[in-house]
Amino acid sequence: MESVLKVQNLGMNFGGLRALDDLDLDVCRNEIVALIGPNGAGKTTFFNCITGIYPPTDGDVFIFARGMDKPDRINGVKPNKVTEKGLARTFQNIRLFPNMTVLENVMIGRHCRMHAGVLGAILRGRSTIREEKKAVEDSYAILEKIGLAQFVDEFAKNLPYGAQRRLEIARAMATEPFLLLLDEPAAGMNPYETRELDELIKQIRDEEGISILLIEHDMKLVMSLSDRIFVVDYGKKIAQGTPEEIRNNPVVIKAYLGEEIDA
Amino acid sequence: MIKIDEIKRAVLVSIWFMFLTFPIMVIRVNPVEHIVEWRWKNMVLVGIGSFLLSFVWNYLMKRKELGFKKVEAGEEENVVPLTRRILGEKRIYIPALVIFGIFTISFPFIFSMYQTTIMVTALIYVMLGLGLNIVVGLAGLLDLGYVAFYAVGAYAYALLNYHFGLSFWVALPIGGALGAIFGILLGFPVLRLRGDYLAIVTLGFGEIIRIILENWNEFSFGPSGIANIPRPPLFGIDLSVHGSTTYIYYIMIALCVFTIFVVNRLQDSRVGRAWIALREDEIACQAMGIDKARTKLTAFSLGATWAGMAGVVFAAKTTFVNPASFTIWESIIILCIVVLGGMGSIIGVIAGALVLILTPEYLRAFSEYRMLAFGTLLVVMMVFRPGGIIPNVRRTYKFKGVKNADKS
Repeated sequence: MESVLKVQNLGMNFGGLRALDDLDLDVCRNEIVALIGPNGAGKTTFFNCITGIYPPTDGDVFIFARGMDKPDRINGVKPNKVTEKGLARTFQNIRLFPNMTVLENVMIGRHCRMHAGVLGAILRGRSTIREEKKAVEDSYAILEKIGLAQFVDEFAKNLPYGAQRRLEIARAMATEPFLLLLDEPAAGMNPYETRELDELIKQIRDEEGISILLIEHDMKLVMSLSDRIFVVDYGKKIAQGTPEEIRNNPVVIKAYLGEEIDA
Repeated sequence: MIKIDEIKRAVLVSIWFMFLTFPIMVIRVNPVEHIVEWRWKNMVLVGIGSFLLSFVWNYLMKRKELGFKKVEAGEEENVVPLTRRILGEKRIYIPALVIFGIFTISFPFIFSMYQTTIMVTALIYVMLGLGLNIVVGLAGLLDLGYVAFYAVGAYAYALLNYHFGLSFWVALPIGGALGAIFGILLGFPVLRLRGDYLAIVTLGFGEIIRIILENWNEFSFGPSGIANIPRPPLFGIDLSVHGSTTYIYYIMIALCVFTIFVVNRLQDSRVGRAWIALREDEIACQAMGIDKARTKLTAFSLGATWAGMAGVVFAAKTTFVNPASFTIWESIIILCIVVLGGMGSIIGVIAGALVLILTPEYLRAFSEYRMLAFGTLLVVMMVFRPGGIIPNVRRTYKFKGVKNADKS
């Protein structure tokens, strides 16, 4: 299978703290990969390293964009450039633009695929108008696909919690990614919303051909969605494999539940 | 209706105010006759006044809380605020705009030169407010040194005219461009800062510019400033003072219209959305592919451009510039205009500038109390209308068929 993301020996130090240690991970095209691990294991740090929010201390991050055979090393590239290259992410604690409408939130995602500058905005030439109109239409189409079309002119902050999570996904989709990084997309959702999310993620993979890497604590969701699972603890990878293998892996069970004490 | 403890509270408030104002309102030392006058009548007045005001305050507070509850309960969902309703109704706002336009054009002929001069000052502040609105209202970068760019514009015209004899019309774009360049100069060191830290750095920047102008005698002629700056010429004709005031008034009207036009277009564009996203959440904004550095720099430079141009007009209007016109107080007034008017709202900022600049002028009749009234206005406004006089309304988009169907 052809990879879209290959991470090798990734390490991240915060002062004396080794948050990530020698981490390897890869995601193939049209694959859903889950990254799990106990709280504080370094999962979100891993996301932040890949998306350029932190420059990793050592190791390599390679991406393989659509139609590109050569790997593209993105260590320490600025977050906005990473997004331009086709990696989009959501956040664990929702980071929408609360005082913008739902549609505008998605239009911000279109930003890096648009070109109008200051002069274009002031003169409002034909190409700017066309681009702007297309951005509105594209964004609306994404909202319809994600099932948020009825909220289009609502402020993002007024949306119900589950809808806010979906809006984050919609906004990330608007950047036209080939790999979507979801940081705990089901956190705080009720079982019904989680089921809907499950379908949505599968639909994104199947219809848009976007590969997905997600961090999640909801094991039911992880097991039903993922093709492969990586488990990290204390910044180290402790296991990888299919859901079936992970479920029966003693090391994983130990990391999650602790060791049984022999009396 | 009125409960006992409400009365109790009002009595306490009035006693507290009587105590507070005792030294200034009651005691007066008469140095001529060496006696102390006790003006007990004043104390009674203060007591009654604060007693009544505390009732009004309570009533307003209750109404405000009731409004919140109604919105939370979803009862008032469809009740659009009055200002927005007026602005949204074409039949009302187009005639209103026409009347307002005729009024502004005929203003110098209806009113005296004194009024026109005040209006020109107010219009300069409208422009400054709209410029700062880009930085503070849209991009959310708290800038306390905005007056520096105003000073740059004013000194640009004064010095270029003094040394090279450049006329107003040549200096105007140069002033704007210099403002933009200084905006970028300020922007670079503060790219990584936000919130309080940014405010302190910009405050320092504003002071640096003023202190340079005050102390570099060879360059800027120090505190004595530069005098005899020519007023803007009209096709080479030298106008009388009255004529040129009218002329500057029209120049300012044109510049304000231009500013409104540009800012309005900017805020509904790709660039404007990026500014707002930056204000809302810096990290998410970067993660969505927006270049943070570039967005901040465009905000600073485009904001500063208007201040530079307003500075040129200011120099031409007063025919004299010195560093005393560009103190931190000016920055704060401009910031008040933006916050009081409504952050991010063009019409709000215009209203804010007119209220904040014209009110103190017309309150000169009560000269002793005018700053007191001014301060009270600020406090009351922020308590009851934190969004500003006319809060910003986000643009909504229309979809053919699709949206109307599922909204109704």
